[in-house]
Amino acid sequence: MELLTHILGAIATVILAFVVGMSYGGIVRKITARVHNRIGPPWYQNFIDAFKLYGKTTAIHHGWMQIMGPAFLMVSSVVTLMFIPVLTNGGWFPNLNFEGDLIFLLYLMVFGPLGMALGAGQTGNPNSAIGVTRGLSQMVGFEIPWVMALVALMIQFDTTSITGLMEAQAQSGTWNMFSSPFAFIAAVLAMLGMFRYSPFDIVGAPTELASGPVSENGGKYLFTMMSSGSIFAFVKLTLYVDIFMGGADNLVILLLKTFSIYMIPVLYGIVSPRYRTEQAIRFFWGWPLFFGVLALIYASIF
Amino acid sequence: MINDKNSQKIVDIIQNWARKQSIWVLAYGTGCGAIEIPPTMTSRYDAERLGVRGAATPRQADVLLITGYLTTKTLKRVIRVYEQMQDPKYVIGFGSCTINGGMYYDSYNTIKVLDKYLPVDVYINGCMPRPESVLAGFGKLQELIGNGEANGATKYKENLEWYRANQKKIIPNWVMPEYNW
Ligand code: SF4
Repeated sequence: MELLTHILGAIATVILAFVVGMSYGGIVRKITARVHNRIGPPWYQNFIDAFKLYGKTTAIHHGWMQIMGPAFLMVSSVVTLMFIPVLTNGGWFPNLNFEGDLIFLLYLMVFGPLGMALGAGQTGNPNSAIGVTRGLSQMVGFEIPWVMALVALMIQFDTTSITGLMEAQAQSGTWNMFSSPFAFIAAVLAMLGMFRYSPFDIVGAPTELASGPVSENGGKYLFTMMSSGSIFAFVKLTLYVDIFMGGADNLVILLLKTFSIYMIPVLYGIVSPRYRTEQAIRFFWGWPLFFGVLALIYASIF
Repeated sequence: MINDKNSQKIVDIIQNWARKQSIWVLAYGTGCGAIEIPPTMTSRYDAERLGVRGAATPRQADVLLITGYLTTKTLKRVIRVYEQMQDPKYVIGFGSCTINGGMYYDSYNTIKVLDKYLPVDVYINGCMPRPESVLAGFGKLQELIGNGEANGATKYKENLEWYRANQKKIIPNWVMPEYNW
């Protein structure tokens, strides 16, 4: 019986993440349009797009790795979702937490993109290859401040689990955002790269690289990538809320907090043009790295 | 139940609705007409509110937009692009040049009637058509898709020999992969 509730809870969580991620994507398209002084598509446009993509024939076959690429992405998103405490008090959400899961997550979050890189490599499209190299270089850029911010938190609170961090925040009564501000700044700057909005959309630059790694993928492949991307966006936002903003007690607060933190990369992106690859990496190894180092110093002194 | 005709009809209606609300356009900017695409997409006319959006590669696109005259050299690339697109796919011929040759009617190196080489679903006439008429063309295409009448791709499959013969008349050295749907 308990197993059944766990499985049902897991399925419901995936559906929730999918719906929330897709709606956020649609709302972002609407906001972008309003900033451009357009009317923009309805907020549910992403669902229509996904449904249409699913209904297309998919007669593209470059080899097994191409099929595995989107599957890897999906698996990594769903597994990561299982390790993130969606609400503070658990509820019916699956929670596979264990001591040290923050370190595990760091590895798991790059698993999907790496699988996708292999898949994109097999399509043999030169644009995909360029996109993959750009994506991996950008990842090297933003992973360093991101890891530094997390390590700073781990040192400061003496725990390597997400639930541990959430408990520490509940006990002290302040969010980590305020008790370790430098780590928060470094993590937010890293988030700009993680979400790949402008100016860091160098991976899938549509006019330059013809959408990069996904350029040979249409129909159901693209549907899988789109939905796993939405789930992954929800995962990342929830992770930020959990470790920096004290988690959320119910779904409404969760939506409010995730949406407000989502607006940072989105609004920064709307008004920015695109960086070149080396500019993006130089950005991440500049101020974000500086704040990461500050966070480490702050954590080890206080 | 799963495969009977009526349930298929319901699925078709829903799918056609989704297809018409979400049109990803691959604008193959061949002629002068491509200059009308940016105003159609940006704030003045905003095609995105109708679900019309640019696609980066043929694999992701639903609509191939041929914006103007096609030289015999580009025809080869356009055929290649069309055959890489995934079903269901549609073609919009944009500008007088795709209908009857337009002002290039006596040119030695452009094709005159696009419909002989690719199955065109909707024509937008004008030299060049204003964004209003482009949007009207998309509206017409949406109407056709909604009624399930935009079946250019099926026509192409059924009459592949005829289209191939026409294409090979223009392209003498035919070194292209076979069309495998
Ligand atoms: S129809 Fe007119 S505007 Fe369009 S490609 Fe032909 S000549 Fe140019």
